[in-house]
Amino acid sequence: MTDRPDTQNAKRRLPQINPVWILLAALIVAIIFMNPGFVEPTGYMNFLKRAAPLAILAAGQVYVITSGGFDLSVGSLITLVVVGSSMLTNNDPTATYWVIPVMLGIGLGVGALNGLIVCFLRVPSLIATLGMMITLNGVAFLWSGGAPRGYLPDTFRFFGRELIRDVPLVRFIPISVIVLVVVVGLFAWLMHRTNLGRHVHAIGDNPVAARLAGVAVNRVRVTAFMLSGLSGAIAGILLGGFAGVSTDVGTGYELQAITAAVLGGAQLLGGRGSVPAAVGGALALTAIFTLLNFLGLPQPVRQVVQGLILIAAVALAMHRRKQTGT
Amino acid sequence: MSIAEDAPPRKTGFRFERWAPLILLVGAFVIYVGIALATDQAQYLTFDNLIAILGRSIALGITAIGQTFVILVASIDLSVASLISATAVLASVVMDGSPAMIVPAVLAAVALGGVVGVTNGLVVSGLKVNPLIATLGMSLIIQGCLSAFVSNFAGEVPEAFQVFAYGEVGPFPLALLFLAAMAVIAWAVLKFTKFGSDMYAVGGNEEAARFAGIKTGRIVVLSHVICSVCAAIAGLYLASRLRSGAPWIGSDGVYDLESIAVVVIGGTVLAGGRGGIWGTMAGMLIFSLIDSVFNIAGVDSFAKQVLRGIIIVAAVAFYAIRSKRIVA
Repeated sequence: MTDRPDTQNAKRRLPQINPVWILLAALIVAIIFMNPGFVEPTGYMNFLKRAAPLAILAAGQVYVITSGGFDLSVGSLITLVVVGSSMLTNNDPTATYWVIPVMLGIGLGVGALNGLIVCFLRVPSLIATLGMMITLNGVAFLWSGGAPRGYLPDTFRFFGRELIRDVPLVRFIPISVIVLVVVVGLFAWLMHRTNLGRHVHAIGDNPVAARLAGVAVNRVRVTAFMLSGLSGAIAGILLGGFAGVSTDVGTGYELQAITAAVLGGAQLLGGRGSVPAAVGGALALTAIFTLLNFLGLPQPVRQVVQGLILIAAVALAMHRRKQTGT
Repeated sequence: MSIAEDAPPRKTGFRFERWAPLILLVGAFVIYVGIALATDQAQYLTFDNLIAILGRSIALGITAIGQTFVILVASIDLSVASLISATAVLASVVMDGSPAMIVPAVLAAVALGGVVGVTNGLVVSGLKVNPLIATLGMSLIIQGCLSAFVSNFAGEVPEAFQVFAYGEVGPFPLALLFLAAMAVIAWAVLKFTKFGSDMYAVGGNEEAARFAGIKTGRIVVLSHVICSVCAAIAGLYLASRLRSGAPWIGSDGVYDLESIAVVVIGGTVLAGGRGGIWGTMAGMLIFSLIDSVFNIAGVDSFAKQVLRGIIIVAAVAFYAIRSKRIVA
């Protein structure tokens, strides 16, 4: 209040840029500094390709977080999708055309089940999706008999692995980057341009007020979980393309997705969240991992850094919110 | 995690929520006895066998007692699993086979727990970081530091300390009596001390508790310290049981998520302010009974995992379904 007017203006304008973009820009500058090859299309396209599954997952997770819940089941959903696809395609390249819709259906179904458990059995989403995580991991093991065998046919791996060559300007575009742009565009449009998005924000902010205002709270919540499940299935299809079949492909992705959404300023327990910013958070997280890789730091250090960043991001967000009084 | 609705308080003689954990426990026990009789394996119904079932979940029980305290103040602790690994390794490295180092090792482990608890508590109450994120971050930090130094069994636990896990007093294992003593102390703290009632107040409504003159920050920090020290004790127990410290012991046992599940099955509400130790103990018994049922019924280990996930959700739904509040 006692500040000079110009500093007050600056203060008021600053929070309008989401800090995740500043963080991302700083990280990218650091990566370019470490490895000048990053400005070449091979550099940044491969980066985007690697970041695509996490970014898609974060775009779905942000719906659930904004609606006030958590979705811990996406990591094991990814595992289930990868293992299940390898069992269903059974090395038959033509099977891809029906396996992919089936997998997307499984994603939507798991999401719907999560949502229904939360809404009608009144189990807090933390426990409901935790139970789902344990269950899906078990199902993936049961389905594959413990050791997944076979490999995914090339038609299935198309989405995760193939490139479109001879594109002007960037030379090539990985299919996964196109999937990323389409999915994120769709999720961002649903969240920020439609009534569904407004309802998701409303039930996260104050579910009682939202219900009194005529929002179909349960339907919106189930939809949010379904979108998260769908994003998990898509991420699983992409990861199956890069990484191949194993029973731990999805391990840890649920926490990374939550971290990404939180880095993007999504408010845990609901009411605030942005799809583009969550994707920015996912890119920033991947950039941090890339940077640590360049620095030659071992896996344990990556964990410590991820932990510190997570705490710092939320502490900073809380500090900003206290200052801006929102 | 949920917003209370202004529902008028119902006055009934029988409070379902209060008895739900006991009903579940009796149900689990009846199923256990039923399966044992149906499969003609009456040898599983002996007293010794029941004690053995309990003995398998002592580490989970100790961790869950601590977890009850943080969940009561509407916080949560996801760092217990990696803290268990860290303290098990620390204690066994400090002891390194020499009985003279037992006391320093125990002190070091408890001190590590205290430091982690204070840090968790300060980050949650001072920096206002969501407890889920704060303790998750802490868990990553501990696990990262630990695996930077140790990748296999480290140190050795002397015979004298293995008494903690293997000693027996009459028909009861020493560790089981220790768990029971901890539960009684925790119950007494919650029931009879000012700190206990302050905890319920802070968990029920932090703002109101502050206006009532309770130093809410201090309560949150203290409950996190209790939780982390309990995890440290669980780490000591596991080190004594395995005779050495392993850096994967906590994450292998999924003690973070399982202890939360045990607490919630025991009727303590994730939103804080309601619940208690006996519910948690019932939750622990339910968990170990379920495991034993699977064992004697010969369920395939993957199917076991599927059923376990379903049971956790179903058990919570069992009493949550009656609540009129909107949960998320």
